[in-house]
Amino acid sequence: MNAPDGWKRQDTAPPTDTTDPDYFHKVVDCQWACPAHTPVPAYIRLIAQGRFSDAYIMNRQSNVFPGILGRVCDRPCEPACRRARVEEEPVAICRLKRVAADHKDDITDRLPKKPSKTNGKRIALIGAGPASFTVANDLAPLGYECTIFERHGVPGGLMRSNIPAFRLPESVLTEELGYILDMGVELRLNSPVGSMKALLDEGYDAVFVGTGAPKGKELSLPGRKEGDANIHIGIDWLESVAFEHTKSIGKKVLIIGVGNTAMDCCRTALRLGADDVKVMARKPRSFFKASEWELEDAEAENVAITVNHSPKSFVVENGVLTGMVFETLEYELDEKGAILSQNVTGEVTIPCDDVVLAIGQENAFEWIERDAGLKFGKWDMPVVDETTFQSTTPRVFFGGDAAFGPKNIIWAVEHGHQAAISIHQYCQDQLLLAHPANGLELTSTKMGMFEWRYSNSFDDAHRRAMPHVELAKRFKDLGTEVELGFTAEQAAIEVERCLNCDVQTIFDAPLCTECDACIDICPVDCLAITQAGDEVHLRETLDAPGLDAEQALFVSDDLPLTGRIMIKDENICLHCGLCAERCPTAAWDMQESQIIIHHVEDMAEGASQ
Amino acid sequence: MTSFAKPSINLKNAKRNALGLTWHDYEGAMSTLCAGCGHDSVSACMAKAFFELSIEPHRAVKISGIGCSSKTTAYFLNEAHGINTVHGRMPSVATGAAAANSGLTYIGVSGDGDSLSIGMGQFAHAMRRNVNMLYMLENNGVYGLTKGQFSASADVGSKSKKGEVNLAPPIDPVTLAMSLGATFVARAFSGDREQLVPLIKAGLKHNGFGLIDVISPCVSFNDHAGSTKSYAHTYKYYHKAVHADYVPMSKEIKTSYDAGSSVPVKLHDGGSIVLRKIDEDYDPYDRGAAYAQVVERAAKGEIVTGLLYVDETQEDMAATNKLASRPLNTMPYDELCPGNAELTALQNRYR
Repeated sequence: MNAPDGWKRQDTAPPTDTTDPDYFHKVVDCQWACPAHTPVPAYIRLIAQGRFSDAYIMNRQSNVFPGILGRVCDRPCEPACRRARVEEEPVAICRLKRVAADHKDDITDRLPKKPSKTNGKRIALIGAGPASFTVANDLAPLGYECTIFERHGVPGGLMRSNIPAFRLPESVLTEELGYILDMGVELRLNSPVGSMKALLDEGYDAVFVGTGAPKGKELSLPGRKEGDANIHIGIDWLESVAFEHTKSIGKKVLIIGVGNTAMDCCRTALRLGADDVKVMARKPRSFFKASEWELEDAEAENVAITVNHSPKSFVVENGVLTGMVFETLEYELDEKGAILSQNVTGEVTIPCDDVVLAIGQENAFEWIERDAGLKFGKWDMPVVDETTFQSTTPRVFFGGDAAFGPKNIIWAVEHGHQAAISIHQYCQDQLLLAHPANGLELTSTKMGMFEWRYSNSFDDAHRRAMPHVELAKRFKDLGTEVELGFTAEQAAIEVERCLNCDVQTIFDAPLCTECDACIDICPVDCLAITQAGDEVHLRETLDAPGLDAEQALFVSDDLPLTGRIMIKDENICLHCGLCAERCPTAAWDMQESQIIIHHVEDMAEGASQ
Repeated sequence: MTSFAKPSINLKNAKRNALGLTWHDYEGAMSTLCAGCGHDSVSACMAKAFFELSIEPHRAVKISGIGCSSKTTAYFLNEAHGINTVHGRMPSVATGAAAANSGLTYIGVSGDGDSLSIGMGQFAHAMRRNVNMLYMLENNGVYGLTKGQFSASADVGSKSKKGEVNLAPPIDPVTLAMSLGATFVARAFSGDREQLVPLIKAGLKHNGFGLIDVISPCVSFNDHAGSTKSYAHTYKYYHKAVHADYVPMSKEIKTSYDAGSSVPVKLHDGGSIVLRKIDEDYDPYDRGAAYAQVVERAAKGEIVTGLLYVDETQEDMAATNKLASRPLNTMPYDELCPGNAELTALQNRYR
């Protein structure tokens, strides 16, 4: 008879295209936030099943260094974790990665082997850091002859020279770099490359520059020269400690700067004999560059962090550094916390024996002659394509901190993956522009009436605290790893905190009988059946509208009985599957989404077909 | 059933009512009804109505009889009082409870079997007495708990799941209620919460007996082709005649309600029910005309919904019978039990 009025789709947000791989990829916030797009929920499920080796291999395909990154990654995944939207803290993703690395079996026979013969293409990789090693990891198994040039006597780059051993044990570094060297990669130690021109003349088919950002920033203030013996550049000083050239420091140490390098400097100073370490920050805490967890770890070791102190001069008496003069500042902030103005309120002198400058680092390309053919752009940085990582000299590629300035290890890995694709395309005379698009595979997780092949029930446990070596024991030597790793019990609880955001709620509109069962059972009220409308209006329909417009709103096709639509706010979904369990017609299903992200090996297979 | 209980999540931006509670605080135990049962939607709508009215859960009483519908008192308002009575006897217990304590909000939950067969007499007399309660009749046309036999509300010609055709004429709770003098008579559908939640609020605030006959499909035994109480059939023949909104006293009624087609009905508590007529020629204040419309349109197969009849001028049971306005449990013993001398005096009046 008369169909309900106003239930027809008018001008409205169109139905969501869930076949676009990016749609579900964004729902897996951790994976989307990870530069290398590590499939986090999938490997956490493997850890939950005790399949540590499988979890490690899955990690390795994306991020190459699970053991290293499980300790020192900057973890962009964790601030993105959906868990923090429905509870206090994100899943301890990074440290779960370490669980897989620590407890795996011997996985060497699962890694790519050194190929029986090479393809005759020679690749020079400059700098033995994470970027070059990733390129070698991707290219060597395909037959490329990779040679890594390293200025130091050991490989690892800043991972070895700048990350102290109490955070990253040397054995872990050696193991994971070793896997790549075993693929037939040649490593030339103590071999600084002094001239790009000379290297190009050696006839390599491609050159990859992964030299990082190895130069610490200088602070030119009065007294700098006079006090030089006790004023250190942070990353140089850390390097000198790592290679055991420096074995002690004064009792009172000031660290200038408050980034992650500053945190490594202050904690290293404590291990070299300092007992009064202050980190001096120019701005308030909300402006600190260091990750919150690194600040916490430093403060737990009784490092004092002093805000609103701007360095003015070094105090040198009788040729010896005795202190530093700071201007004290106060800031006026606006509502959003941005600085409106700053005032100098006074001046203080803080006594010290040594000062470590950790105010940033820069690239250093003195060894690339400006007539070698590469164009240099802003800030005297080489011009590098952001997609292909190719420089203006076609056979020279950049990656890691060398490409676009200092970032972190996981970015260097992703640069390496992308540069490897470009180098392969370049060496095979293919167009460089088209890096392969991501794919999407969906598989149902349904096993029975209310059974799924993932742990769908919501566990309200809070984040587990990482156990640390007790304070009294950790300063004895530099190599005592502070973090002990999760216990089996902790790991078992932490894995259950993951919401399995890669198990998607798949809605089949034609099956829906509009009974509202899914809406009533949803613990976070993220579903609604409503009349079509624009997206702003649709979001307002929800009981607890998601506040983040960046998070997608799913819009279904027209429902068969009334022509209304089902909407779902992806923002706070627990992926618990209760909607699917309450659905009488299986219009909702819980399906695992696997984002297919191509590395160079996939292209090589495609090329050989 | 579900594999685990609905977790309690503290959303930062969850809506809160005047008591600071979220609607989840008005939920109950996990439903054991079939997935997709209309009754679960009705339970959710009741939780939302109590939430929106900011009624303290412990000031509410849920009373039910026997049947799938009567189980649902466990599935909303966890913190409320509740009684599961003998089959069909919910109205008597509710009448007694309302007489003993008029300070609470009473909600009776029943089904078509509990109300229209075994409890028909009880149902009729509660309406006749105008007990101050909201009576939710969750109507699915079958006895779901005993595998889908036709109930007294099954339409002529409606088919059972096995294909058997119902021949006995249905009892329509709405026309029955109008004929017995009920003062708030509504029909709704579990699939349309935009209509149902405001109706429940209006019914809870109405002074006297409120009936909502809510079509609530049985997904297991009466949701197939040929059924006249399925989701598909109800959506297809569903027609909104009068929309009702409860507006509390504190809120000014906006003039944007179209004069002529919308009229506020003043309530006992100072608030109002604002009726928005969707059918211009439907008159929810004229019992005879409303009755005629419902019967006439039902004959055409149309399911007319909304607040179909309302009369706010009648006294409820407590007023008619001059019952104590104070709850009995707050009275001192001497007042509640005046003693042997008073009893003897009372008895002597009848000698």
